[in-house]
Amino acid sequence: MGVSRRDFLKLSGGTVLVASLGVNLDPAKAYAKDLRIKNAKVTTTVCPYCSVGCGILVYAENGKVIQVEGDPEHPINEGTLCSKGSSLVQMAVNDTRLRKPMYREPGGTAWKEVEWDWALDRIARLVKDSRDKSFKTISKAKVKEKQPDGTEIEVEKEFVVNRTDAIAHVGSAALDNEECYLLQKLVRSWGLVYIEHQARI
Amino acid sequence: MTNHWIDLKNADVILAMGGNPASNHPISMKWIMRAREKGAKLICVDPRFSQTAAKADLYAPLRSGTDIAFLGGMINYILANDLYFKDYVIHYTNASFLVNPEYRGPADLDGLFSGYNEKKRNYDKTTWLFQKDENGLALKDPTLQDPNCVFQLLKKHYVRYTPEKVSAITGTPLDKLLEVYKLYGSTGKPDRVGTECYAMGWTQHTVGTQNIRAMTIIQQLLGNMGMAGGGINALRGEANVQGSTDYGLLFHILPGYNPTPNASLVDLATYNEKNTPTTKEPQSVNWWGNRPKYIASYLKALYGDTATKENDFGYSWLPKIDVGQNASWLMIFDNMLKGQFDGFFAWGQNPACSGANSNKTRQALTKLKWMVNVNLFDNETGSFWRGPDMNPKEIQTEVFMLPCASSVEKEGSISNSGRWAQWRYKAVEPVGESLPDAEIMNELYFKVKEMYKKEGGAYPDPIVNLTWNYGERDAAGKLKHVDIHAVAKEINGYFLEDVYDTKVEPPKLIGKKGDLVTSFPSLQADGTTSSGNWLYCNSYILKDGKEVNMMARRGKKDPTGLGLFPEWTWSWPVNRRIIYNRASVDLDGQPWDPKRPLLKFNATKLDAKTGKPGVWEGDVVDGGGGPAGSPTGKLPFIMKPDGIASIFGPGLAEGPFPEHYEALECPLEVNSMSKQRVNPTIKIFGDKMDAAFSCDARYPFVCSTYRVSEHWQTGCMTRHCSWLLEMQPQNFVEMSVELAKELGMTNGETVFVESGRGKVKAVVLVSERFKPFKIENTTVHQVGVPWHFGWQFPEDGSGYDSANLLTPNVGDANTMIPESKAFMVNVRKA
Repeated sequence: MGVSRRDFLKLSGGTVLVASLGVNLDPAKAYAKDLRIKNAKVTTTVCPYCSVGCGILVYAENGKVIQVEGDPEHPINEGTLCSKGSSLVQMAVNDTRLRKPMYREPGGTAWKEVEWDWALDRIARLVKDSRDKSFKTISKAKVKEKQPDGTEIEVEKEFVVNRTDAIAHVGSAALDNEECYLLQKLVRSWGLVYIEHQARI
Repeated sequence: MTNHWIDLKNADVILAMGGNPASNHPISMKWIMRAREKGAKLICVDPRFSQTAAKADLYAPLRSGTDIAFLGGMINYILANDLYFKDYVIHYTNASFLVNPEYRGPADLDGLFSGYNEKKRNYDKTTWLFQKDENGLALKDPTLQDPNCVFQLLKKHYVRYTPEKVSAITGTPLDKLLEVYKLYGSTGKPDRVGTECYAMGWTQHTVGTQNIRAMTIIQQLLGNMGMAGGGINALRGEANVQGSTDYGLLFHILPGYNPTPNASLVDLATYNEKNTPTTKEPQSVNWWGNRPKYIASYLKALYGDTATKENDFGYSWLPKIDVGQNASWLMIFDNMLKGQFDGFFAWGQNPACSGANSNKTRQALTKLKWMVNVNLFDNETGSFWRGPDMNPKEIQTEVFMLPCASSVEKEGSISNSGRWAQWRYKAVEPVGESLPDAEIMNELYFKVKEMYKKEGGAYPDPIVNLTWNYGERDAAGKLKHVDIHAVAKEINGYFLEDVYDTKVEPPKLIGKKGDLVTSFPSLQADGTTSSGNWLYCNSYILKDGKEVNMMARRGKKDPTGLGLFPEWTWSWPVNRRIIYNRASVDLDGQPWDPKRPLLKFNATKLDAKTGKPGVWEGDVVDGGGGPAGSPTGKLPFIMKPDGIASIFGPGLAEGPFPEHYEALECPLEVNSMSKQRVNPTIKIFGDKMDAAFSCDARYPFVCSTYRVSEHWQTGCMTRHCSWLLEMQPQNFVEMSVELAKELGMTNGETVFVESGRGKVKAVVLVSERFKPFKIENTTVHQVGVPWHFGWQFPEDGSGYDSANLLTPNVGDANTMIPESKAFMVNVRKA
């Protein structure tokens, strides 16, 4: 989209300066904005960057995001946004976004585009093979056990663990709650215990 | 956050220490500044004169890694000057509890607590326990005079932290130190409230947990917990890191902070017995006593009808860790480097830049047989095999990079730092062939399950018994798409049978089979309810026969005027906006501070449900029952078995009181508090890639990583945005005018920053924001490097690489969060 850096600076703070000079450009800006988003559909969202949770209005036209701005109704940000939130449109509409599943074979020197079905079948196969090969039903561990005379001694015992130590997972604080729930459900069903994400670092 | 963003406006004093809200949570400053407009004071304590410092009434510098010394000095000051809130301390904390007379602290044992095992690097905590009476209740001395009571032990511990000693350790000028103590200490009055804002500046240390505990002790002494405008507020870094933690995407917890089962907890009864606290304290709510209800409801959500009483609700299908096993971040990459893992998922995360010691992480990735990277953009993790110093032909890892939808291309909820779960809507279709993450999970769920059904394999039970009922199915039985609302409802939970309250006669119907559960007090331990995450029970409810998504609400009422906005989206737990809010009232249920009545007990008003007099007004009250001073009264800290807050905290690895230890890498030969230089309970990694260097002439400068407003985390979601990249195009190293002069460096010059683990290019930024510290009569320089950059983008390499190439491979003794905020480096000409 054709917003110059100068326009952007206005959006993210320049307007405050103008107002402090006692010049009111609001009618002109409102007119310009009206042209821009006249036919756009608006939805609300919450900023995907930091955790303040600012409300954002997303304007879309012909299936493409054309404008974002702070949600004036949102009680936390009251319509304001920081540099990152104001730039959300560039995260959504971006030529460098991945558009196809990519694959790199062992020893390969370049990515190649692949079909979803092929990639997902292959990943499912790798998950199953790694899991089957490594699945641990029993683990031995030293535990303290109370003796009849009341003392405790350390004994080695076998315990059911039903897990795989051959697959690890990290992520993600960038997912929605419902996705986080599904993800922990999925990877734990496969028997993973090496599960971590951004909160640890 | 115990409180929430808007609540910052209610504070009298705001301490920003361990965080830089002006840069990293810019909109939070709206509420800090609004407090200031009403006369509040902002204090900023930071190694650097940060953007928050620029807006502060009082700024005090400190050397990275010395927060406990600084805060310990504040505790000493509060006690010495009698600034603490006596009623609060006596009734709502364990200050009066008597500790085992065998207990010894660092004042007696030169930096150690009693029970240290040098070989195991841990403590036998037996001597840290409270003395109990014949009924199992802790012995107390409400006069706080007994030499073994917590209050006296606290005094003895912190009297060593004199202002002069603290100033010599932290490098904070003595006058600034005392000014901070005086101002923050002023909030010990019932009608004055102080709050604290921290972020990674406190967690990313080998003493991270104890940094925060030191502040909780201060907040308890001053009576600031549970108050509007008070609390301890972790300013979390990612939009949904609160939610992803609540949902148990960590090795040690399941959703809702239920511990991951370990091998010795052989069945559900044993799990419940070991993990469910009991109490003899009649006034304690002991909320975790409900654990069996939450875990049974979770298992029912996972396994549906196949989870029965007879099979322990499928408990054995959950994977178990070994007793004492640590499967945390640093361990994953340590084990990966040793070749333990075949496969690895990096889902919505870029570990090649985000974790400490990136060279080790990147080397570890080369040992994998396969890796799946799900992201919006290509990144340093997905493309590790073509990164700096890699020879792709020698790397045998099969790598998949799967494109996912952005936050405006799908719908669902995220939870902000203030625990508000807020619903987001889909604005447009995902770009190209990218898919919402839930759809990718759906595909993998069915594909793996089908293989097990067709071919069999190792223990298919947990896979084939997992429920996945989120919408319409195709002919093969596969979900066409995931209905996110169905997931949200499963998380909230259902009544699986008609459920009755059997405590009353005749039994009263609580919920009808098939209905959404209203809130978590209705959950059951006998398999008659389900809930994927009890903390979020009440987020999607049945109201007047209609299913209501509470997280999508947009009501703007603010009846208390405190900015609670109880009808805007939804806050866990049960829409409570400030947790531990019962601590904001006295024993009669009346607000300590009548100007800010968060909660108030109305003794004459009739309760709509019971018809009896006595109603709490204001926020959703923490726990039930009457005011603490009444016969049915409850104590305020409902998650603690004894109902009160812990000034003495015997649960942590390194001791019941925070003690100052130096960072693993530091500029000092000696810790001037004791002969224990570093935290005696941290895990020391032994590989050559884990090397650490203290007082080594090769790495003379203290360094800390930090963030800038224009970028976010590893930069994956901001380096690709041209507006942001233009404003912050590349890695820099910020240094004082004095250091630049010493090194003969000028603004804009490209240099190398080096540590014992790696080096990174950076542009010199000479600034007044750093000043040399005077530490124990020597000069110590500190520098700072942002961690937003990586080699993969911009593709010409002009952004340089990640600051985490420098950071050390060591974690906090309790959490294993890496120490990225205090380590040693050199800066040299490129």
